[in-house]
Amino acid sequence: MIYFDNSATTKIDPQVLDTYNKVATNIWGNPSSLHKMGDRAHQMLEASRKQIADLLGVKQHEIFFTSGGTESNNTAIKGTAIQKREFGKHIITSSVEHASVANSFNTLENLGWRVTRLPVDKEGRVNVNDLRNAIDSDTTLVSIMGVNNEIGTIQPIDEISDLLENYPTIQFHVDNVQALGKNIWDRVFTPRVDLSSLSAHKFHAPRGIGILYKKEGKMLTPLHDGGGQEKGLRSGTENLPAIAGMAKAIRLLLENEPEKASREAAIKAKIVDYLKDKPGIDIFSPVSDGFAPHILCFALEGIRGETLVHTLEDQDIYTSTTSACASKTADEASTLVSMRIDDKIATSAIRLSFDETNTLEQADEFIKVFDKIYNHFAKINHLGEN
Amino acid sequence: MEYTEVMVRYGELSTKGKNRKDFINRLASNVEKVLKDFPQIDFHPRHDRMHIVLNGAPFAEVDKRLKKVFGIQTYSPAIKIPKALEDIEKTSLELMQETFKPGMTFKVNTKRSDHKFEYDTNQLNNLVGDYLFDHIDHLKAEMKHPDLVLRIEVRQDAVYISNQLLHGIGGMPVGTAGKAVMMLSGGIDSPVASYLAMKRGVDIEMVHFFSPPYTTEKALAKAKELTGILANYAGKINFIAVPFAEIQETIKEKLPEGYLMTVQRRFMLQLADRIRAKRGGLAIFNGESVGQVASQTLQSMVAINDVTTTPVIRPVATMDKTEIIKLAEDIGTFDLSIQPFEDCCTIFAPPRPKTKPKLDKAREYEARLDVEGLIQRAMDGIEVMPIYPNEKFINDKIEEDQDLL
Repeated sequence: MIYFDNSATTKIDPQVLDTYNKVATNIWGNPSSLHKMGDRAHQMLEASRKQIADLLGVKQHEIFFTSGGTESNNTAIKGTAIQKREFGKHIITSSVEHASVANSFNTLENLGWRVTRLPVDKEGRVNVNDLRNAIDSDTTLVSIMGVNNEIGTIQPIDEISDLLENYPTIQFHVDNVQALGKNIWDRVFTPRVDLSSLSAHKFHAPRGIGILYKKEGKMLTPLHDGGGQEKGLRSGTENLPAIAGMAKAIRLLLENEPEKASREAAIKAKIVDYLKDKPGIDIFSPVSDGFAPHILCFALEGIRGETLVHTLEDQDIYTSTTSACASKTADEASTLVSMRIDDKIATSAIRLSFDETNTLEQADEFIKVFDKIYNHFAKINHLGEN
Repeated sequence: MEYTEVMVRYGELSTKGKNRKDFINRLASNVEKVLKDFPQIDFHPRHDRMHIVLNGAPFAEVDKRLKKVFGIQTYSPAIKIPKALEDIEKTSLELMQETFKPGMTFKVNTKRSDHKFEYDTNQLNNLVGDYLFDHIDHLKAEMKHPDLVLRIEVRQDAVYISNQLLHGIGGMPVGTAGKAVMMLSGGIDSPVASYLAMKRGVDIEMVHFFSPPYTTEKALAKAKELTGILANYAGKINFIAVPFAEIQETIKEKLPEGYLMTVQRRFMLQLADRIRAKRGGLAIFNGESVGQVASQTLQSMVAINDVTTTPVIRPVATMDKTEIIKLAEDIGTFDLSIQPFEDCCTIFAPPRPKTKPKLDKAREYEARLDVEGLIQRAMDGIEVMPIYPNEKFINDKIEEDQDLL
């Protein structure tokens, strides 16, 4: 079995699951309870928060636990928009965001906010000049992802940060769900970033848990009101087993991070090298400093993406069409469409996404299997014939 | 380089004439107590020094513990080697290479109790000195005040080599001054007073007042954990928890507010004195510092101390808060002391306690209560437990829990 769909989700690490089980079994008090069971849970909660903060190089009180990437994105975007509505109702994002960002902007637009969606170039990247032109005195929020989930483009968060130094009242959110542990963190998490989202199941931790980084002093209107947990930003009894598991998973993820990332890059490079001169193949994730090491998106012209996914699946190789979240609704606007890739080619795209558990041998095996598939389809579609 | 023995030199007790033997035995048993988890270690107390044979126990850990035994002036780790020049030279070189830094001066100091050994002290000094000159660059000899002294002792059984002189904390062996009770609250001062009492050889037992449900289990656990830190200096300290809620409630209910504190303190001192008598103690120690709070003015001390003729010793009486804090940091109790768990001194604290209570008033008010009954019931409820070095009581599971992360 070859699992090349790690941007959709990852397999839980047995060590992380062990922590989850032990915490769920032994430390099951409510962290808000006054008695010693509650106290023990509270201590564990804060120790987890501290470990995560230390690993990310931020302050302990800047880490907020949520149910995952979708909630973190919703809270950052809607929370900012509502909080700052009296100062302006213009908000900016890109046209290639994850659905949880894109649809949060759609909702706000329906409620009366003015939304600018920045276009992208042929690599799926926004241009900082477009952002500069879009900002006006009503702008309260800029939300741009760190790494695109469909093709792996690294957005110019550093340049955007430089620009936004001139606009201190604009809250800058970066969806970094695809970006942690890929040895690019400094590029997508600059000191200017006010808000950032992470999702635990993208790095071998359980579902249903994630992080919203909120810089000290920045204000958000909470979306979940209740008992005031997470300093009032996210009420609801804390999911301690998952939080502890996530803290452990981040520690494991960041151990030997450069080596892991370069191994993923080598797998990508090997497959790109095989694909690059094949007639009828379009690669959207070149081997380049501007792309994450773990995502490879390409199209085989004339074959629908889902056909290719299922054909690979028959050989026990697991991949996805462009975004697992959107892949069941073919007509959803995607990164490729925003890049003005022809519809026919865009619908042929598949995504391979790697992580540190994949090997170069798996890349060889993939190439072997894909070569047969390619030759078969190439013949049918007369690829390479003029 | 693995040290095989430690030579311990006695402190102040060296001057104590005929009591010397008791002192030495007490020190030896205190050292044994702090090292009891290394059963392989042998102890040989002698009249002028104590010889500890490590038998494989790690010196680094032994070193940490000896640093906290009162009565030790200095000590030196040594290596036991065969009585052959070659071994003496080789080991001398290894020891010197570990401790020597360019620019340091040294001398060789040989002692010989085996007078049949083939080299005498001068010959050995010269031979080993020459050998070291040949093998270490920039080495300089200095007879009067060398930075390093390489000690070679030729005894009947073997040769012992050492080149470090480590300082102990001095003081008198705990127990040599007799037994006393220590009134331990959980604040900054009383742990420091405990340390100072032990430093003078007093074998203390902690008396701690607790008032559930007004005080939390954490406050009690904190006092126990402080005792665990202080037990490093004694090997073991008994902890006596005294239930105090009924007395506090009764005083609160029946007496005027201005005297709540004074009468509470009188009860505490009476209870401490009862416990002292019962357990064979000679004195009561506490952490009072003159004028620090309302209960520690001289007037308050008069009104409170009135309940007993037993010596009440206040080791930090004349120290400034900053001096006390400095010492608390040094002995490792400060961080724990400032944890904010309410103890029984802060609950029922009147908003305006009298800083100059009158002795006759204090007596008069107290007499309105069933003093004997209250004291007896508190005495019936006391619990005694031994506490060993670094025992954990607060969040005893937290460290283990955090291994999961």
